[in-house]
This record gives sequence, structure tokens and C-alpha cells, in this order.
Amino acid sequence: MAKVIGLTGDHAIAYAAKQCDVDVVAAYPITPQTIIVERFSDYVANGEVKTEYVCVESEHSAMSACVGASTTGARVFTATSSQGLALMHEILYIASSLRCPIVMAVVNRALSAPINIHCDHSDMMGSRDCGWIQLYSENAQEAYDLTIQAFKIAEDPEILLPVTVNLDGFIISHCMEGVNVISDEEVRKFLPPRKAVYKLDPANPITIGALCFTDYYFEIKFQQEDVMKKVPAKVKEVGEEFGKITGRSYGLIETFGLEDAEVAVMCLGSTAGTARVVADKLRKSGKPVGVIKVRLYRPFPTQEIVEAVKGLKALTVLDRVATSGAPSGPLCSDVKTALYAETEKPLITNVIYGLGGRDISPENLEDIFNDALRTADVGRVDRPIKYVGVRE
Amino acid sequence: MSEAEKPGSKSLPIGGILVKPGSSIEYKTGDWRAFRPTLDEKKCTGCLICWIYCPDSAIIRKPPIVAINYEFCKGCGICANECPVKAITMVEEGA
Amino acid sequence: MCSGCAAPIIVRQALKSIRGPTVVVNATGCLEVATTIYPYTSWRVPWIHVAFENAAAVASGIEAAFKALTKRGCLKEKIDIIAFGGDGGTFDIGIQALSGALERGHDFVYICYDNEAYMNTGIQRSGSTPHGAATTTSPAGTVIPGKPEWKKDIVGIAAAHGIEFVATASPAYWSDYIAKVRRAIEVDGPAFIHVIQPCILGWRFNSNEAIKIARLAVQTRFFPIYHVEKGQYKLDIKIPKPLPVEEYLKPQGRFRHLFTPEFKGEIEKIQAWVDANWARICQLAGEKI
Repeated sequence: MAKVIGLTGDHAIAYAAKQCDVDVVAAYPITPQTIIVERFSDYVANGEVKTEYVCVESEHSAMSACVGASTTGARVFTATSSQGLALMHEILYIASSLRCPIVMAVVNRALSAPINIHCDHSDMMGSRDCGWIQLYSENAQEAYDLTIQAFKIAEDPEILLPVTVNLDGFIISHCMEGVNVISDEEVRKFLPPRKAVYKLDPANPITIGALCFTDYYFEIKFQQEDVMKKVPAKVKEVGEEFGKITGRSYGLIETFGLEDAEVAVMCLGSTAGTARVVADKLRKSGKPVGVIKVRLYRPFPTQEIVEAVKGLKALTVLDRVATSGAPSGPLCSDVKTALYAETEKPLITNVIYGLGGRDISPENLEDIFNDALRTADVGRVDRPIKYVGVRE
Repeated sequence: MSEAEKPGSKSLPIGGILVKPGSSIEYKTGDWRAFRPTLDEKKCTGCLICWIYCPDSAIIRKPPIVAINYEFCKGCGICANECPVKAITMVEEGA
Repeated sequence: MCSGCAAPIIVRQALKSIRGPTVVVNATGCLEVATTIYPYTSWRVPWIHVAFENAAAVASGIEAAFKALTKRGCLKEKIDIIAFGGDGGTFDIGIQALSGALERGHDFVYICYDNEAYMNTGIQRSGSTPHGAATTTSPAGTVIPGKPEWKKDIVGIAAAHGIEFVATASPAYWSDYIAKVRRAIEVDGPAFIHVIQPCILGWRFNSNEAIKIARLAVQTRFFPIYHVEKGQYKLDIKIPKPLPVEEYLKPQGRFRHLFTPEFKGEIEKIQAWVDANWARICQLAGEKI
């Protein structure tokens, strides 16, 4: 039976991992991920889970232990943030290449220097090509729901790829919300125990992590490209199945007001909530605005985005990540690439915002929408990249 | 096998795993050899010192003595050097 | 592997003492590279390589998973775990992961095959390279005679974690080594074995001499064979009449420069280090020198 309990985003993730009955958690504490590992430690200490919790000495070892555990056929979970994700970077690629269906919560936080513990997406964006499926959540509810779905996506024998569930540091991780949780039985029915396709098994001794030279490396990497093509349909399928149990169905992107919008804002994570509230207000005053929230960032849902922006005159893509030297922020670059072959496409502006946890206010978003309307009006982009919320 | 004959990504096991244990047995290293260990079966006492020290599993137990597997022996000469009764001598290949 | 390499001897001897189903974890290095060139593998046990510095962490994860799967009844038999790492992957880049795994008490055996430099990348010095050895990053120049620093006491570091069994071994003394691997497997918790591994390319000796050199290392007291069980040191191979360290250095090209007149004092320094190290271990083991 579903019930509503008060949970922070981090706690919701830990609660989901508990319900998913994971075999191994190997994690290292880092703000603002700590609540996840602390709550999970409580579950272990109170005998609420059968999980082996390995308190490793670094994130590098956390991911290494996760890879080792995953290759035995176990269900594996970890969580990190910022510098921790950066320290894991090397092993992230190995986890996906060895096809380990690990689920990791990434509580998004700015990268040093200067050291800062608050939200932006620089951490995950720094590892965006690591071969992991990447989901972004808007609130604690979505963080909970996506964590349960993540295991089902990751462990599907057709997929076998690791998944990150991203949630905005502090904004989601530390804010208490009423979260609709489903029962342990419902989770188990939705997510049966993992059936490994291959594993470290003395009865069938395989070699994992062999040296591949020029004659095979490309083929092995190409397999990863191939499997990524299957991911969007799987994410959709799992999101819909989850909807049947909970009434909360999930797709690759989520749109608001697009049916008659002339301009829209696109973003990842918690900002979508603010953008929706502002758009709603503007729409009530007759302004044709909409919102596109990207839930599945890798693999990039090109087709869905191409469809979603059809008919828009202007699109503003929000990137919560430092872009020094890049032609635009990562989300915006991806959108532009996705739309390049289209004959009709909106005028695109990129907004960089919210670095190091700088708030984006409803007023900021109202300005952004109004700028987009102006762009649509004049029919050209005056500044392709704008920084919002920074003192110059 | 030529490049074109090698299997493509769709037919290879996922993740670069190797499913056939000990498949390197198909990869013969005997042709690396410049010197060939030759066993004097009359001298060999079957003590297995050469067997325990051979880096390439090229000494085979053949009680009461041993035999040399030339398909894999790289000719390092450790066996000859360590044999307590000097039952193995290294002879130049092709000599 | 190179013709005459001692690493496969060390692995073969170790695997002769396994007691049942065993998984092998391998750090990046010569052993990993040479035994698993796709699409071939030399391994007949389940084997995994993840990266250079994390063999102990990977083993930790595997051990935790086996425990979890056993608790659930998904795994019926006990599976032993042996991790192999070279000196680079153990003394240097992998020491953090190793220390973490030893502290956490995972039940696995870590065998360091120590060829005293980064041989797989072309003989660069490591924290294990002995004083005076020439490597490509500690070359014997006209001013500096090879590596100026001394070898790290990895056994002392491992033992300081308070784990039950830590040992040194030489493939030349195979019965001692094999017994130690078995003991290490039987210990409930982590065990660490440090094995000297002469490298024909990096140490520059003849291809038939690996065992001879592994024996000379012991007979000159350069590489003492001992173990530490529950904190107690014990000398396993007593060398009442040691050969001078020169006998060990002489056949190795990496020490050749020490025999030139300008660096002659270096051999005396190495002999003094050998004597002091031997005295230290004898004292810890309660032996007369």
C-alpha cells in the first residue's frame, strides 16, 4: 500500500535502495550525499536489510568495490557527489564497459576550486560521456521513483549498464517533502532479484577485464554504442510500468504548456519546478510559454526533443555548469546538435546559472522567459550565452 | 586470422569478457625458443624441481620422470639451470 | 610473459596451494597484460582485472558480495579470493586501496609480486626499487648512481594493520612459499604475501637465472624470508653464513654501475642496509643475528 512519509531527497534515495533489497553498498561519505549513507547505515545497524555495506576509504575504492561486487551477480548501489564523482572518474568508464548494472545516486554539487558544497551539475557533466545512463530528478519524489526504476533499467539483460540518479545538492537532498512510497512487496514485485547474465563463477570461469588491442577494442566499445540505442525505449517502458503501480508515469522528458507555447525553457533537475510555476503564471497573463524538463540525459533523447520543440520560435536552454571555453553549456550543445539537421528549429539561447548553489529565483526565470519572448519577436539571438545571477 | 575474418561487435560476448577458460593454450609460444631443453631420461630422477620452476607450464609430469612440452617451452633454460642432476641441457635450435 | 620471467612461476606455485573454488583479482601490470590478450586468456579460474590501483578494493567488493549472496542462500560454497598486484600497484598507486581493505578485514589473500620497478611500462622506479638500482627514471648517471632512496618496508606497513598473517617469500624456496599461500588462504580475514620476483628485462640477467637470483636474494640476506602471525615475527629461513651482497648484485645489469670505481662506496652502503635490516627482523623475531 502506498503511503506518504516526510523524507529529504537523500533519505528518499536511501529508503528506495533499502526497498530494492541491494546486496552490496560500497560508499564513501561526501556532503551533500552523506544522509544517504547515514540512513543506509541505520538500516544495516538495525538489521532492516541483508546488505553488506562496505565503508571504503575513498570514492575510487567505492566504485572499484562496486564493480567487483557487481561482477558476482549481486545488486549494487552507491552514492556520491562532486569531488567524489571526480575521483571515481576512471572507474566509471570501467563499470559501464564491463557492463556492471550498478545504480549510483549523484547528489549534484559544484567542483572545486574554490571549494563549495552546493548545487550545480558540473560534477556529473564532467563524466557525461562515461557510458552510464543518466537520469535527473526534480524533487524527492522523483529521486525515490527513479532509484527504483534505475535498478530495473540497469539490470535488464538487454541493457546491463550502470545508471546514475541525479538530484540537486541541498535543494533536493536536504529538503523534506511528503514522499509517496510504495510497499516493500510492491517494489519486490516490480523489481525481482537480479539475474546475472555472466558472473564470477567457479563453475564457469570467465575472464573479465582482458587486454584488448587495436584488433578488438573498437568492436567492444561499439557494443556500448549499440546498447545505448536500446535504452530510451527501456526507460520509457519501465517508467510506464512504474506508473501502473503508482499512478506516476515517467517518460524521457516532461513538458509543460508546449501545446501552444511559442517559447520554452529547457532544464535539468529542481529548476524545472520553479520554471513551471513561473510559466504557469505567465501563461495566465497570456504569454505563450512552456517548459521542457529533460529526465534522461544520457543517452540523449534526441527524437523526443526534436518533437517537443516543433513549433517553438525560441528556446532557452539552462545549464547549471561552468563552461569555460566551450561554445555553450553541455545541455545546450546537445540540443543544438540534436536540432542541427532540422529545417525548422527555434532560436536558441543558452543561460548559465546557479553555479555553486546560487539560487535561481522566480524573478530570474521570468526575465529569462521574457528575454525568450523578445528573441522570438525580433527573430534573432542577441547573445548566444548569457550568465544569470552573477555579479560582473 | 585476417582483420576482416575476425568477429564483429555483434558476435562478441559483451563487456570484453572471455568465456573460454584457458584459451591461451591455442597460442603456442614454442617458436620463441632459441635454445631447446633436452632431457636425459636416464639421468632424470623425477624430482619435479624443473616442474615447479618452469614459468610456462611446459614441463609435464610423466611418472616416474618428466617430459617437455615444446609447443609452449620458450627455452628460458631455468629447468636446465635448476636441475640438481643436470639431466637437462640446452641445445641451440636448428643446430 | 617474457621467456624466463619469474611472475608466472609465482602464480603457478600459488595456485598449487588453493583449497577450493577461487577467484583471482589482478591489478594492471605485466601479469594481467600478458595472460589475457584478447581473445585469449590463460586463466582457468574466474578472473577479473579492473584497474591499476584498486585490486584490493575490487577484492573487497567481491568478498562483500559473496557474503551477501551466501546470506541469501544464493551461494552455497565458500569461494576464496586471491589478488595479485605488482610492486607499483601495491607499494605506490595501490597502497591506499590495500590499506583500506586490510583495515576493513575482508577475507582475501593479497600477493604482491615484486619486481622492484614499473616493468610493464618500461622499467621506471617505484617505491620498491632498491637503492642503487638503475631504472629508466632513476638511471645511473655520472653523478647519481641509480635510485638514491631505499626500499619501502611493505611488510611492516601491512603488518601494522594488525592482520593475522603477513609473509615474505621467494619462488626459489617454493615449499615455504606454497605453505604460506595456503596458510594465508586459511586465515579468516586478510593476509598479505610479499614475493620477490626477479625480472629478466628490468634487472638484466640471463633468461635462465630468475630462480638463481631469487635464491641469492635470500642467501645474501637481501630479501629475508619471514612471516608475521598475529603480530609475532618469525624468521623462516635462517641464513647463518650469508654471502656478501655483491654476489646478488653482480649478475644483475641494473647494478652494474656500482662496480665502477667512482661508485664503489655504494655497495658498502647496500651491505650496511642489508645488515641493519636483517638485524631489525632478527630482533623482531627474537633471533640472534
